[in-house]
Amino acid sequence: MSEDDFVKLENIAVTYGRKVENSVTALDETNLRIGQGDFVALVGPSGCGKSTILKLVGGLIPATRGYVYVAGRELGAEPVRIGVAFQNPTLLPWLTIRKNVMLPLKIVPPFRGEYRAKKNSEFKDRAEALLTQVGLKGFGDNYPWQLSGGMMQRASLCRALIHDPQLLLLDEPFGALDQFTREELWAIMQELWMTRKPTVILVTHDLREAGYLANRICVMRARPGRIIDDSVVPFARPRTMDMIYDPAFVKLTQRLRELIVEVRGSNVPQTQASVEAAA
Amino acid sequence: MNSDLGRKFASAAFIVGLFLLWEVLCLVFHVSDVILPRPSQVFVTLWQRAPALWPHTIQTLYTTMLGFVLGVAIGVVIGVIVGWSKLAYDVAYPLLVGFSSVPKVAVVPILVLYLGSGTVPAVITALITCLFPVVVNVATGLATTEPELEDVMKALKATKFDILWNVGLPRTMPYFFASLKVAITLAFVGSVISETVASNRGIGTMMMIASANFDVPLVFAGVFILAALGVALYAIFSLVEARVTGWAHRKTEFAMG
Repeated sequence: MSEDDFVKLENIAVTYGRKVENSVTALDETNLRIGQGDFVALVGPSGCGKSTILKLVGGLIPATRGYVYVAGRELGAEPVRIGVAFQNPTLLPWLTIRKNVMLPLKIVPPFRGEYRAKKNSEFKDRAEALLTQVGLKGFGDNYPWQLSGGMMQRASLCRALIHDPQLLLLDEPFGALDQFTREELWAIMQELWMTRKPTVILVTHDLREAGYLANRICVMRARPGRIIDDSVVPFARPRTMDMIYDPAFVKLTQRLRELIVEVRGSNVPQTQASVEAAA
Repeated sequence: MNSDLGRKFASAAFIVGLFLLWEVLCLVFHVSDVILPRPSQVFVTLWQRAPALWPHTIQTLYTTMLGFVLGVAIGVVIGVIVGWSKLAYDVAYPLLVGFSSVPKVAVVPILVLYLGSGTVPAVITALITCLFPVVVNVATGLATTEPELEDVMKALKATKFDILWNVGLPRTMPYFFASLKVAITLAFVGSVISETVASNRGIGTMMMIASANFDVPLVFAGVFILAALGVALYAIFSLVEARVTGWAHRKTEFAMG
């Protein structure tokens, strides 16, 4: 309701496919408000439209119905600096890690105009500082294929953050990593968020990841995609791996897990009552 | 490094060995040089007739290179348009496939009809023969850009040109260089065909005249010159390719340089 909702989805519906008979409703009657500097995780079974919400907010796809507001304006009206990271690191193989990280500075105003002048001085230092923060100091001159999956994903996070985005969209960025690398990157992600305070939307399958990183967790259901639960994660920051074994944390993830198991596979619409009970 | 040197030595030895075998077989079976000249005879002919062969070589190299450069330039432009725009791809691709499957030899008489004989039809034939591999490869490289990569750029509000310049074109480079290596050999095919049909200069013409005079060693000398030119240009493009697209082959030398 408040004026400082940074992201606001109003009665959103997204339908893929032009013909009515084979169209898929990815999202239906979705409302979501995210305050500035908040960290929201979207969880739910596959096909529930988590990624669709990200793409909507990122301006990659249009809404079939409804409105998307980012920074108080309808999307597209005012450029908002957005950073993205996907499950696949999507680094450009012909560029060094440093140049990959600097890519947004080449594209996004106001950096774009200064790129030529500053790429070997200020911007380079900026990339170097970020790389150091994620533990990639000294790897700037390497090419992506010379790095491990976890290292590439760190570089991808740097690229998502180099232009100081107001909004950070993460689509399962740690999904393809092994457990230990993943936990290490959670800590790095938390630190990056705490030092820079962008508004973050994280799509994940991992409830512990959602609980560790997010301030709020939205549970979604599929066919049609809808948000059915919105819980606050009350734990203080900085959070540690020990917290994951805290009974209150276990209780939270257990409840979310049960919710997802309940909506998974069943096509029965969730009643409004259960949404209210959960909230 | 050592095994690399060994491989190079082995491949050189193989080539020399084949020539030796050819030489020996011709000697053993007393093959007449009107049927199949020995490599040594061909090399002697190359050496003795060098002053006469030189202008023809220059002519063929000139028409081929000119046709190749123009063909590649036009091919890149068409390839970028077709690969960049979904509409252009859908509209133009079937036509391009049709054009490219026409044997280029069949076009030469038409070109001669319009443009007369000599340099111009040879250049044009070289151009059209090497055009299509470039178009198809550039278009394919652009059209197959990973959607996720495009999403990263779109989220940054990159313009279509930004995406083309920073992602599409660099990504297409390996496809482009692969097509150059095909195109340069095809350009030779084009120019030599045109020379054999309608020209008074060039290796193709020279070979036609030599074969009419049963000067078979000279015909083979023409083949050797064409092979040498083709290999030399292929090697040059391979070198440039390794410099520019080493990332696609994960070359350590590329990472160092």
